[in-house]
Amino acid sequence: MVKATERLGNYLTAYGEVLAQGEKREPVWLRQLREDAWSRFDAKGFPTTHDEDWRFTNIAALARMPFRRAPQGNAGLTAKDLERFRFAGAACQMVFVNGRFAPTLSELGNLPKGLEVCPLARALDCGAGGWAPEGCAPEGIEQHLGRYADVRRDVFAALNTALWEDGAYLRFRRGAIIEQPVHLLYVSAGAGSEIMTHPRNLVVAEEASQVAVVEDYVSIGDEAAFSNAVTELAAGQNAVVSHYLIERENFAATNVSTLRVEQARGTNIASHSILLGGGLVRNNVHPVLAGEGAECLINGLFVGAGRQHLDNYMMVEHAQPQGGSRQFYNGILTDSARGVFHGRIIVHKDAQKTDAKQTNRNLLLSDNARIDTKPQLEIHADDVKCTHGATIGQIEEEQLFYLRARGLDEKSARNLLLYAFAAECLDRMKEPAAREFAENLIRARLADLSRGAVAATAIEAAEENVQSWEEVG
Amino acid sequence: MALLEIEDLHASVDGHEILKGVNLTMNAGEVHSIMGPNGSGKSTLAQVLARRETYEVTRGKVLFDGKDLLEMKPEDAACQGVFMAFQYPVEIPGIGNAYFLRSAMNAVRKYHGQDELDAMDFLPLYKERLKLLEMDEKLMNRSVNEGFSGGEKKRNEILQLAMLEPKLAILDETDSGLDIDALRIVAQGVNAMRSPERGFLVITHYQRLLDYITTDFVHVLVDGKIARSGGPELALELEEKGYGWAETEAGISA
Repeated sequence: MVKATERLGNYLTAYGEVLAQGEKREPVWLRQLREDAWSRFDAKGFPTTHDEDWRFTNIAALARMPFRRAPQGNAGLTAKDLERFRFAGAACQMVFVNGRFAPTLSELGNLPKGLEVCPLARALDCGAGGWAPEGCAPEGIEQHLGRYADVRRDVFAALNTALWEDGAYLRFRRGAIIEQPVHLLYVSAGAGSEIMTHPRNLVVAEEASQVAVVEDYVSIGDEAAFSNAVTELAAGQNAVVSHYLIERENFAATNVSTLRVEQARGTNIASHSILLGGGLVRNNVHPVLAGEGAECLINGLFVGAGRQHLDNYMMVEHAQPQGGSRQFYNGILTDSARGVFHGRIIVHKDAQKTDAKQTNRNLLLSDNARIDTKPQLEIHADDVKCTHGATIGQIEEEQLFYLRARGLDEKSARNLLLYAFAAECLDRMKEPAAREFAENLIRARLADLSRGAVAATAIEAAEENVQSWEEVG
Repeated sequence: MALLEIEDLHASVDGHEILKGVNLTMNAGEVHSIMGPNGSGKSTLAQVLARRETYEVTRGKVLFDGKDLLEMKPEDAACQGVFMAFQYPVEIPGIGNAYFLRSAMNAVRKYHGQDELDAMDFLPLYKERLKLLEMDEKLMNRSVNEGFSGGEKKRNEILQLAMLEPKLAILDETDSGLDIDALRIVAQGVNAMRSPERGFLVITHYQRLLDYITTDFVHVLVDGKIARSGGPELALELEEKGYGWAETEAGISA
């Protein structure tokens, strides 16, 4: 059998460089994690569309691209370049340029009490150098890092574990209530083409803390970068955590991001994903309700135009009784964009009285747009409630006529309906600052859609006058 | 000049002819009622006047305020002053009532080159109209018609009418499905909006709405044509004798 790395030599090179860079600094357990993960990737290689989890997303082209690690440094970026990406009301902002922490571009002043923020490499003393965080307590990292992300099942998680160089380490102390979100900004910029980064984040929300984290991916320039991020979020008993993923990179970018949440008893977790940018995006959300009475909300919006491909892979595991999960994903696709919603719910034998719900609604605004939506329920307990549903449709003619009959011109009416469809996901966001931030981004994206190619294709759809909402699954 | 002149109007949906030559003239300040059995074309007439594109006009003409209504898109008709209260008001999740109504008013104002209303201009009027229709202010922040009862939806239509102040108000079976209290409130809203500049076309299946809204003329629509026209007494006669009588009179029924 040909090993993956015989074909994927660029990854082997990167792996060698990362190992050399961490030599003598990285703890033994971390090197073991890397080695295990690497051998997994080496044996398995990238998935193909024969793999059920990747049936609707072909990454053959991605696998062929000779991605390499980014050079060190800030790519000449200044604070001014990032101005437009910041958001008001964040507790602090960590900026990563091409996968590495950029202290001079970050804003970490006056951290609220109970919040510890540190670049992960620095926390493990991997030699990011030059910046010594105050009050950062890395002692808990070993018990969490790499314990949740599944390198056996998920090749991208394996690749990330082998190759990560930096990311955010956030620790929210027991009982801390941090009302303002922590903003993590990942910038790909100015490093030439075919740069890959593997950001690795660890968020530890201790017992009864209440916090929000925003992961935000942007690009400056139009180079084709590949970002493969993994975030492990460990939520202690009764912790309340909101996680936001915002993908707004350029349309040449590939972004694979994996959120793995470990939920202790009584935790309440919300995952909000807003996919607006990126050419090829895979959004993995995988909470495990490992304690009794845990709740999770998985909320998302994906908006695709041109040839964007936005794949959402949800996997909710109920491992203990009395858990609840609700999934709501709305997709808007136009031009030749393609969306995927794969909603898998696994209810383990002990997870009695589980209540799991899943809804995926999609608007297709052009003939060539396409959505594949696939619910997948695996239920091993006998006293559970699981529901799922998916709809695919166009803008409803009745609603459009109602608005026009009150005086709104067709374009405004259509925009308003699109916005209303998108805004359903905003209603589920609890943090006002993050919600407003997301709202502005969504509004801007929809305005772009209606200015661009969407105008022509949307009118086509209206002329067809099709109102059928197809029930799937 | 008449407010509305309908001449030999023929309209079809999916190639099936429903209106087969409707003639009707109304002046500003008048209330005309259109009555008729189910399937006679009452709602089709309303939808054609509101310019719904699914209804194809095959013959005839309609002048609104002297202008060719059939040339207008729905939004143009609305901005020119045609308002139809929907028989089945549409739910629009995600758009708040107040926001929707202000957007509609501003669309009309923009059409006429007027400045847009801001929230401060809008709210006092909105609150006053809500009171007229005995509607809860909490409805303002809810999505358009979402989760509304049948009666609330119909009242919301009249609320929109009261805010948009059209020249021609078409009520498409606004009374159907309403209990007597809701009917009274809806009628009260309509009566408050009566004015010498405004015409009402009240489409109804039953006479009882006309106990609350005084009508000037009654037209009986049978099989796509106006079979009889008369004063309010015609409604009473219909109530007593049923539509079978009008159909026989029109010589259509078997």
